[in-house]
Amino acid sequence: MHLAPYIVLLYLLAAVLFILGLHQLSSPKHARSGNLVAALGALIAVGTTIDLLHHTTLDLVLLVVAIVIGAPVGAVAARAVKMTAMPQMVATFNGVGGGAAALVAIVEFLRVPVHSSPSLVLSISVVFAVVIGAISFAGSAIAYTKLQELMRGTPITYPGQQPVNGAVAAAIVVVGVLVVVGTLSALGLWVLLLLALILGVAFVLPIGGADMPVVISLLNAFTGLAVAGDGFVVGNPVLIVGGTLVGASGTFLTKMMSDAMGRSLGNLLFGAFGKIQVSEAAGPGGAKSVRSGSAEDIGTLLAYSQRVIIVPGYGLAVAQAQHVARELADVLEKRGVTVDYAIHPVAGRMPGHMNVLLAEANVPYEQLKDMEEINDAFKTADVALVVGANDVVNPAARNSPGSPIYGMPILNADEAHNIVFMKRSMRPGFAGIDNELLYDPKTIMLFGDAKDSLTKLVAAVKAA
Amino acid sequence: MNAQLVNEISIFVLAVFLGFEVISKVPTILHTPLMSGSNAIHGVILVGAMVIMSEATGPLQIGVAFVAVILATINMVGGYVVTDRMLEMFKSRNPRGGARS
Repeated sequence: MHLAPYIVLLYLLAAVLFILGLHQLSSPKHARSGNLVAALGALIAVGTTIDLLHHTTLDLVLLVVAIVIGAPVGAVAARAVKMTAMPQMVATFNGVGGGAAALVAIVEFLRVPVHSSPSLVLSISVVFAVVIGAISFAGSAIAYTKLQELMRGTPITYPGQQPVNGAVAAAIVVVGVLVVVGTLSALGLWVLLLLALILGVAFVLPIGGADMPVVISLLNAFTGLAVAGDGFVVGNPVLIVGGTLVGASGTFLTKMMSDAMGRSLGNLLFGAFGKIQVSEAAGPGGAKSVRSGSAEDIGTLLAYSQRVIIVPGYGLAVAQAQHVARELADVLEKRGVTVDYAIHPVAGRMPGHMNVLLAEANVPYEQLKDMEEINDAFKTADVALVVGANDVVNPAARNSPGSPIYGMPILNADEAHNIVFMKRSMRPGFAGIDNELLYDPKTIMLFGDAKDSLTKLVAAVKAA
Repeated sequence: MNAQLVNEISIFVLAVFLGFEVISKVPTILHTPLMSGSNAIHGVILVGAMVIMSEATGPLQIGVAFVAVILATINMVGGYVVTDRMLEMFKSRNPRGGARS
């Protein structure tokens, strides 16, 4: 498509705003304005495009109708979603973007007149955008169902999984090549779409729920690349720049996220394959006993401590207990107890989850300590108060090489003089594995909803 | 290879390098908002969906393009709104955090 100079310049402006926005998003101070800058870029890109269209009334009406349907759906969903469900929401938005990228490529391919063959560049970029976009769509859908707990979060494996996935991938390559050389036309493209959807599902199924944020980040980069592919398909520079920026920075971000979990990306994506999970001889929880305490006992223990470290996890988020957690910290501090929060990089369901929640409760920034910063302090802490966290304090990550989480850096809560575990039940954490720390003689369990338990603790500390 | 394609390839290659450089070192707490923000940026696929909507002929093409515009709009609008909501949380921390009691 030939673009008028002013259109190219406006697209350039939009691209610059994307770059600036992305840059600002990586610094805490400017992140919010960065997002708005990028949104302005998107607005300019869309506005410019309106001028580019060869309008017929029908197109224009349909276009407006489609946007009028889509915009409120996106805005309302984004507004209504609970903070705890944020990762699923991002997965959903990413998935629909990937789907849109695949569909754009399909329509452009269908437009090629029957008796003329499409150019090589067009066919290659169409095949690329359809495959990558569809994988992203289907993969995001599975990530959503796992995070929303519509499906069990543990890795789903079956015998011969790897060869089957390999065969699907090989079939995609074969059909893709046949479409590119022109042996298969539109029909081949639909087959390709179907195969890519299957691969997207098959690729995410064996990955555990706790690793989903990294998977979503990877699929986000995929959608970016599919969008860039569409830029070549329809000959539009702003799609190339926007998509490629996300593809490249998303790949980098994915690596940073898996590094933060102390895992290699390969291990994370393919680790579940062929692994036989041997449960310990005694069986989870079988013969081992746990000690549970009353809120009054634990409140007294806290009140007469020097140093308490709170380890928040997903349970805190689910119970919306961040405000009560802060209240507890406040009453303890009034008694002269030093209180810190130990934030594991992947506590909750996504990196940064706990920081967001605690910031909402106005917990002072200085009290939020990164893992590296706090880990040595557990030795001197009287109490490690684990609120709804589990896998991130599981010593199995350090001690049992057979465990699925072996090698993940953990918070050294087990080194504290006392460990108080607030949990709803003895159910294992998101990774689906038993936690030996629960059976540690130093550990006291406080069963119940995190918010109720914390409220009782606040009362107990005040009374002590 | 025509001039337009050469231009597009140049833009693509430069954007790859830019994408790697632009985010350099990101603190852990910003990983998710950054993912969400870049997710919104690829919502620019709406531009592609609009273009094919105006070029589509026949019910199949128009139907598929129509769905593409809806999905792309959800990606773009929802992406920016949800990112803003996440980042809204950070705002209150420093100014009010100090004077909290």
